[in-house]
Order: sequence, then C-alpha cells, then structure tokens
Amino acid sequence: MSSIAQKKGFGATIWDFMTTVDHKKIAILYLISGGFFFLVGGLEAMLIRVQLATAGNDFLSAGTYNEIITMHGTTMIFLAAMPILLAFMNAIMPLQIGARDVAFPFLNSLGFWLFFFGGIFLNLSWFMGGAPDAGWTNYASLALASEGHGIDFYSLGLTISGFGTLIAGINFLVTIINMRAPGMTYMRMPLFTWTTFVASALILLAFPPLTVGLFFMVFDRMFGASFFAVEMGGNTIIWEHLFWIFGHPEVYILILPAFGIFSEIFAIFSRKRLFGYTALVFATILIGFYGFMVWAHHMFTVGLGPTANAVFALATMIIAVPTGIKIFNWLLTIWGGNISFTTPMIYAVAFIPSFVAGGVTGVMQAIAPLDYQLHDSYFIVAHFHYVIVGGVVLAILAGTHLYWPKMFGTMLSEKLGKWTFWFFFIGFHLTFFIQHFLGLMGMPRRVYTFGADQGWDLFNAISSAGAVLMAIGVIILLVNVVMTSIKNERVGNDPWGDGRTLEWAIASPPPFYNFAQTPLVRGLDTFWIEKMDGNKKGMIYAEPLGDIHMPNGSIIPFVISLGMFIASFGALYFLDGDKPWALAVLIIGLVITFGSMLVRSLKDDLGFHITKAELLEDAKGGNTDGH
Amino acid sequence: MDINQRYTPQSWPEHPETATMEGKNKFIGFWLLLAAETVTFASLFATYLALKDKGPSGMEFSAAGLFELPLVFAMTMILLTSSLTSVYAMYHMKNHNFKAMQAWLGITVLLGATFLGLEIYEFNHYVHLGFGYTNSAFSSAFYTLVGTHGAHVLFGLSWFIALMLRNAKRGLNMYNAPKFYLASLYWHFIDVVWVFIFTVVYLMGVIG
Amino acid sequence: MMKGIKKWRLFALMTTLLVFLAGCGREEISTLIPAGKVAQDQFNLLILSSVVMLFVIIVVSIIFVLAIVKFRRSKMGEDMIPEQVEGSARLEFLWTAVPIVLLLILAVPTVYSTFDLADVSTMDVQTEDGNSSHLTVNVTGKLYWWEFEYPEQGIVTAQELVVPTDERVYFNLISADIKHSFWIPSIGGKLDVNPENVNTFYLEFDQESSELEDGVFYGKCAELCGPSHALMDFKVKSVDREEFDQWVTAMQEEPTPAEDAVAQEGQELFEQSCIACHATSGVGGTGGVGPNLATFGDRNRIAGYLEHDEENLKNWIADPQEYKPGNLMPDPESLNDGEPFTEQQLDSLAAYLMGLTVEE
Repeated sequence: MSSIAQKKGFGATIWDFMTTVDHKKIAILYLISGGFFFLVGGLEAMLIRVQLATAGNDFLSAGTYNEIITMHGTTMIFLAAMPILLAFMNAIMPLQIGARDVAFPFLNSLGFWLFFFGGIFLNLSWFMGGAPDAGWTNYASLALASEGHGIDFYSLGLTISGFGTLIAGINFLVTIINMRAPGMTYMRMPLFTWTTFVASALILLAFPPLTVGLFFMVFDRMFGASFFAVEMGGNTIIWEHLFWIFGHPEVYILILPAFGIFSEIFAIFSRKRLFGYTALVFATILIGFYGFMVWAHHMFTVGLGPTANAVFALATMIIAVPTGIKIFNWLLTIWGGNISFTTPMIYAVAFIPSFVAGGVTGVMQAIAPLDYQLHDSYFIVAHFHYVIVGGVVLAILAGTHLYWPKMFGTMLSEKLGKWTFWFFFIGFHLTFFIQHFLGLMGMPRRVYTFGADQGWDLFNAISSAGAVLMAIGVIILLVNVVMTSIKNERVGNDPWGDGRTLEWAIASPPPFYNFAQTPLVRGLDTFWIEKMDGNKKGMIYAEPLGDIHMPNGSIIPFVISLGMFIASFGALYFLDGDKPWALAVLIIGLVITFGSMLVRSLKDDLGFHITKAELLEDAKGGNTDGH
Repeated sequence: MDINQRYTPQSWPEHPETATMEGKNKFIGFWLLLAAETVTFASLFATYLALKDKGPSGMEFSAAGLFELPLVFAMTMILLTSSLTSVYAMYHMKNHNFKAMQAWLGITVLLGATFLGLEIYEFNHYVHLGFGYTNSAFSSAFYTLVGTHGAHVLFGLSWFIALMLRNAKRGLNMYNAPKFYLASLYWHFIDVVWVFIFTVVYLMGVIG
Repeated sequence: MMKGIKKWRLFALMTTLLVFLAGCGREEISTLIPAGKVAQDQFNLLILSSVVMLFVIIVVSIIFVLAIVKFRRSKMGEDMIPEQVEGSARLEFLWTAVPIVLLLILAVPTVYSTFDLADVSTMDVQTEDGNSSHLTVNVTGKLYWWEFEYPEQGIVTAQELVVPTDERVYFNLISADIKHSFWIPSIGGKLDVNPENVNTFYLEFDQESSELEDGVFYGKCAELCGPSHALMDFKVKSVDREEFDQWVTAMQEEPTPAEDAVAQEGQELFEQSCIACHATSGVGGTGGVGPNLATFGDRNRIAGYLEHDEENLKNWIADPQEYKPGNLMPDPESLNDGEPFTEQQLDSLAAYLMGLTVEE
C-alpha cells in the first residue's frame, strides 16, 4: 500500500503475502479470502431462494439442493464469518493493546494457510464428484449413507481449517495475556479485545470436540471404523453431542467479536465512554461460560428425556440475562451521547432491534415443549439468520467500513456505504421475518421444494424477493471497494475523528513494526484521554526509541498447509479400490508437512532488528511497509 | 536474545523457560494447548464409555474378558517412572547441567520407547484374538482412545530425540531451554492421560 | 435516518398486514391452528412467550427510538463533548433482575409442560380384560415413507395413519435406516426417529379430520434424510372411536380379490412384480421393504404428496425416481424383463391398486 509496495512487481507482492508473518498483512489475507467465501456462500443462498421462490420449482434437483444448503451453511460459518472476524482481530487487537505483533507470528501465518487450504479443499468438492449433502450439521446416519466423496471433503476440509482456527485462538489468547502495553490492565482493555479474548478461549475449548467428531467420521467412512454404524454397535447420537458441544460455543465465537465491534462503534460515534464497561466485560465472560452448558437445546427432540430437556431449557434461558445486560448498556451508551450517523453507526443502531428480535425467538425456543414445534422448521431458520445476519454479518459490514481506513489507509465511500446498508437491511428483514411464520405454518427446514397445497407460496415468494435486495446491497459494497481503491485518498491516524482506543493513535495503515515506541496506557479509552489532555504527540510512550526485534517471514507455514492439503486427497481416495496412488499421495503429503515442521524446528529462526536510525528515517519519510 | 551467549550455572536464570518474552509466550501457549488436548481426550473418553462393550449382535468381546491387567500395570509403572526421570532432567536443566540433563532425557526416551513397544505388542495380541479395529464400535473406540495416546507418546519421543540431537553440540541456551521444558511438560501430560486410561479403560473395564 | 425509520415502520406495517391477509396457514398443517391437546399446550406456550417477548421488544424500542432521536449530532452540536458516564449499579441491577423475573414466568410452565408431554406412564395400563386401555402405534421411518403398525390389533398400514379422536394415542418411533423426525404440526410437536433407539410419546387428536378441507391432517419428516426428505409426507385420518374400530375390523379381514377384468389383470401383474416388497393385506407386522398397500384405494395422496388419481399413480409406477429421487422402489425395467411397463399394464395396475380398500 505504501510507495515501496507499489514499486514491487506483482510476483514479489504475492510472494510477500505468502511468506508474511505480519499480523496486519495476515489480516488482509483473512479479509480477502473470507470475503471471497462470503460471496460464494451468498451465491449459494441466492440459488436456494430462487429454488424456493415458487411451489414445486424444479430449478435445482433434490440432490443438488441438499449440496447447496450444506455448502451454504458450512461456507458461511467456517469460511466466511469466522475468517472475516479473524481478519479484524488480527488487524486491530494487537494495536488496541499496543503490542508489537501477535505472540506467535509464525503460527499466525500457519493458522491462516491451514484455514485457506481447508476452505479450498472443501470447495473443490463441487468439481470433484459432488459436494457434501448432509447439512452443515452433518448428522451421522445420513452422512454415513451419503454416496460419493462429498462428506469426506467436508470432514477433511473442516479438520484442516479447524486446526488453523485453533492455532489462531491460542495465539490471540497468549498475545492478550502476555503482550499488553504497560498500563494496559485487563480492565482497561477495549471491548473488542475482551471479546476477542473470550471468543479465543471458546475456540480453544470448542474446536477439539468437533475435531474428534470429524475424525470419527473420517475413520468410519474411510478406514472402516464403526463409531456411528448402528448395526456394528455404534451410536449416531454421539455425533450430535460432539457437534453441538462445539456448535453452540461456535455461535458465541461469532457473536462475541461482533458485540465487540459494535461496542467500539457505539462509543466512538456517540463520543461517549461505554456505559457499564465492567458489566459489559462480565456479561461477555458469562455468555462464554454458559455457552458450554446449553448444547443439548439443539437436541430437545432427540429423545434425551424430560429431565435433560428441562435442565437444558433453564440453562439456555439464563443466557438471556447477560445478553440483555449488554443491550441495555449499549442503549445507555448512546443515551446522552452525541450521535453521528456514519455508516458503521447506522449498522450498529440497526443491529439493536434486529438482534433483539433474534434473541427473543431464541428464548422462545429455549422453552423445550414449544421447541418441539419450532425445531427444524423455518422458524429456527429465521431465528438463526436473525442472530447471525442481524448480529454477525451486520457487525462484519460495520467493521469493514470502520476499520477499512486503518487496514488500507483510505476511507470507503459513506454515500455508497449507506446505500449498501439500506438495501441489505430492508432485504434482510424482508427475507427472514416472514420465515418465522412459515415455520409456524408447518414448513420444515431443508426441504428442496414444497407443494402448492401447503399454503406457503406467498411468504416464500416474499422471502426470495428480500434476498434479491440483500444481493444488491452486497454488490454496491463491492463497487464501493473498487472505487475506493482506485481513488485511494490517504487518511491520517484518526479518520473518524472520535477514535478512543490505541489503534487510532497510529498511522493508517500502521508501519509494519506498529508503534515505534510502546505507548503507556493511562486508562480506559487511552487515546481519548490523551486527546482530552491536549497531548500533541498523540500518546505518552513507555520507552525511549530503540532497536526493534522483528520475526523473519517464512514460506514454511504455506508448505506445511500445502502438505496437509495434498495428504487429504490421499486419505479421501484411500478406500477407492481403483486408485492405488492414493496411499502414495497420503504419504507424500504427510512427508511434506512433517518434513517442513522438522526444518522449522532444526533451523534456528532468530529474527532481525530494526535499528533506531532506520526508525528515525521512517518517522520522517514514511516507509510503512518494511521489506 | 543472543543465541551465542554462554551461561554458567551462576549466570543461568532460575526459571530459564520463562526468562525471555518468547519463552513466556511459549509457556502460556503450551498450557493452553494442553487445555485443548484435555478436551480432546475428554471427548474420546466419553465416546469410549458410551461405546464400551457395544458391537454387532453376538459379539464375543467385552472389556472384562479382553484386558489383562499385569501387562498394563507394567506399562503404567514404566511410563510413571519415565515421568519421574524427565523431572530429574529438568532439575539439571535448571542447574545448567547439560550432560546430566541429556542423560536423564535419554533414560526417559528409553522408558517411553519400552512403553510404546509394549503397547504395540498388546494391540497386536488383541488383533490376533480377532479384536480388530473394524470389529465393532467397542474396538473402534478402544483403539482410537488408546491409540491417540500412543501417537502422543510417539510424538513426545520424537520431540525429545530431535531436541537432544539438535542441541547435543551447543548445550543449553536461552533459546532452547523453553523447548526442553515444554517437551517435558508435554511428557507429564501424556503420563496423566495414561493414568486416566489405566483407570477408566483397564481397571474399570476388568472390575466392572 | 428519520426517513429510514419511516421506511422501517412502513415495512413492519406491510408485513403485519400480509400476515393477517394470509391467515395462519392451512388448518391441515399449521401449528397456529392446533387440533389436539399437545399442540394446544404448545400454542399456549407460544402465546405466553410471545407476550413476554413483545414486552421486552417494546421496552427496548422505546429507549432505542428516544435515544437515536434525542441525541443526534445535528441537535447536540458538532463540537459538543458529552459527559463520560461510567455506569450505574442501580440500573445494572434493574436490568438483571427484571429479565430474571420474566424468565421465571416462562420457566415454570416450561418445566411443567416438559414433564407432562413426556409422561408415558399410562401407556401400558391394562383394562380388566387384559387389553391396553390406550392405542399404541409403532412408527417406522423408512426412505422416504412411514410404516404404522398397530401391535395390539395385529395390523399394519403405511403412509396414512388412522387414529381415534379424543383419546391419548401412544407412539413408538424408530428408524429402519436414516434418522427422520415425526411431525404432525397441527396435532403436536415433533419427535426424532432415531436408528438406534425407540422414542416414545403421545398425541391427542381432538378434531375429526373429515371436517378439514382436505379430509386429512398433514404429517412431515422434519429431519434431513436425503434427497427426497421434502417429499417424505404422510397423512393422518382422525375418526371417532366407533369408526376406528370398524376400520380395524376391516383391516383384519383378508383382502377381496379384484373383480373386473382390467383389475384382475393388474392383480396378476402385481403378484409377479410388486408383491415381493408390497403386502396387500393389512394383517401382519412391520419390516416391509415397500409400504403396505392394503388401504391404497382409500388414500389421499400418491407417494405421499401427489394428487390421488390414476394418472399420477401410473406416472409414479412408470418412473419412481422422477418423483421421489433416491427412493428404493425399483424401475419397471428391472421387474418387467428389461422393458418399461406398457400403457395397458399401467392401466391395469392402477385399476387394481385403486380397488384396494377397506373403507366403504
């Protein structure tokens, strides 16, 4: 993005991104690939809505439809929403705590490439004999019976990208525990850092059960094990438990960072300190904690018995309390503030009614006997889209506008941003509000078609029309991105003017070593405090200008991930009788992976130093890109 | 951090594993990884308990009939001892006594390899009885749980060996001290998991 | 933004209007028109929770709208720096306590109803003459159809459940292959049909299905089970006890052979090709490869969802995969020496099948 980057050839730029261990560049990688998968998942959503626009439509065949709904859910959750949130975490969180980089820059890169290759592997299924078709929940009896390799793509792809996410989670946790700037106590951390922290802890504890479940699935389908094979003594409910022990925290892994982004936005654009900061922090922790105790509310109809259902129903209801605390604290943050309706703020404001609507239907479904009616109907489809789109996607769109200048040094157009908002927001409610009633009118989820005699035609048509509006909104956003990049008007440290936290005290985009001197944090909203004190230097610094130690870039994370990608093809075709090369591919892939890990561990990598002289040169000239 | 800096037992810090920022990060990160590993094994244990003795109708195998405690008890003792020897190794690491550390690590590796050998013998024995991996849900769950632990042992052994060979000539420094420390931490974790396997799978299997 | 709120209001108004225009869905399938005790209980919970939740929404909306109207920058001034309020312990307590109270209001009926709807303790209660006092139906979910066995009565049927009104009917659910879920929306919530264990619950049918426009309640599979999951429909006929007993007696009789010539021809063909999978007698147990056809002529739909006429029946037999992808019914070619059924053969099969009936 700087003058030096522009001089670089295309190949050199690609190589730079392949080997980078800089959290800001990795953030851009996450944003681009997550954004790409968001478009893929959106396209799949449009196909679904076209198919369901009229009764008895034959636009998609039954089998194809099941593949599309499976890939829509899987892509949106694992390959779009989570990576885009990881992009913001990577780009912003280390700046917010005044860290030089994340704790493990090498692992940060490895985490990205594992996610990336996992996602590519999963999507290659479309071109290699069919995508997975057992729903994103991949319930075991259907998954085991599914023909072809779709389910194998699902299990292996998610295993790989799951490792990547787990690594990212550990990395953020350690970064926040160990690398906060002097004075940045836990109770002075910005809310986005707090939510990153709790979401990372959830990743740490929630992903292993999924990985174990996926391994069982792989062993059952590819190596003849019988965890889920009923006639061999297996039990398919085990999959449901493992999946939802992961799956419910996963929802909070998505929504908590979204809460974090909105918390930042409310404070910035109300020009006011977050109301009840302490309560917001503890509500975040409580939500994360309860997230592990409610998984069986996805399984009320499985037949676990009334005691289990009642216990999980009550546990689920309790979550409404900390969530409510958050909503009211946000409302009181804007109350008495000085609200500027910028694009990010409009999203944040629109988030409140949308998310409350999604939240209350969540409580309704916690009522187990009522859930017997709502479960697996269109009501639940409406509910989780209200939570995920009304919460997470609105946060992603808001965050994109808010942090674009910090990541790329230029502002997205406010005018186009508002157009995007109105199309997306109206389209969103039009699509999903009506689905509550479809569910109550008896329409089950995951049906590829419905009869004209069921009374669902009109509402489905309305829902499909709403989806078109959402698509238009996303297209306007793309236009906005392209136009902004062409115009490329550079902005300063604090382009919104009301920044409160440390990330707004540094250049946009920041130099590759972040703060040349580690800042000293004097309280919550530390940059705001300095601004109010009239500090012309921006911040007070905790150390004199000196040499900075930086890690070396490395291609090894890319190679490790590539090895696993290759090995997965071997595992995939292992049991096919006609592919004797599968075992060789499996072994080659594993050799590449473990070989490069060995190289990494045997070759010392001590990094390099930026000298004080270079830093002074930078401060004058503005080399922000390093090598 | 200078990799070439020479230390004496006097200048060597009391906690070399956390004396540098990198060391501190690794220390915390590794504990977190162990938390994730704990959840992994908890999932495997839960699955094993759910599928214990479950198989196709007429399956002849059951935990009570299959497992033999004497061999497993010997394996347990060997692995527990190896955990103790790795503690000695770390004691010498903290005193900057490289040779003694290498020696104790060598003993640890030998004990670990013996354990692994016995486990392979045990699995082989069961397979010969007809209790193969694909035999039943019970066998799948058993081999996956115990085998995952075995894979961890193998990884731990490889890690120790790689560290010992890589650093054989250059001795201890602030760059590799955290690595030795974490490998030994990992070894303790493996040991603890085995104690649970011994109790839940074997003892509870044979007795009730 | 003011414009935005107006738009939003207009939109909300329009949706509400549409909802009323479209009513509450069809009475055969809507959970909003309950026709049994279980669905009624669940509907009451829906209303209760909706009222409570509406209260929450109204409170939030009032604060929300006031806040974004009152504290706009255009009103407050470009340079105004608001007071940096830290929070309020009293308010935090308030919005922790009030939701807890609201949740308690919901929690009590939730727990009561959870246990009430799972209470199958009277299932095995016997009358003095040693018969069960309640009807029990064993339901088996198969790709993509439903088998209903009446163990006490020694009869079995498929695709159309016949039940007596105004009494508790118990269901034992199990799947023969893939997980399904048994759902009759207007009668009561769903219960999963697992491959590894029997799930038991009860339903009550308070309305005779003959009063409905279509004459039957609609049942659905609510768990994705493969390509034709959407088509795994069944129908429910609820009749009064007397009529039910008559139906049972008729089912227990041997089927009468076809009478007219075309149907006889069809019967012959059926006995060569179809009988291996499809029974035509209502007497027997579960385990059929294909649905029992004893009541075929009485049914409301072909293949669970097509209009019940000969044309659809012929199309269905001629090419089952076209209408229910992934189902297990063989192609005619594999039954008829590699040839598709001729139009004549199809006519005769249709005539025979439409004649299979146990009702007057």
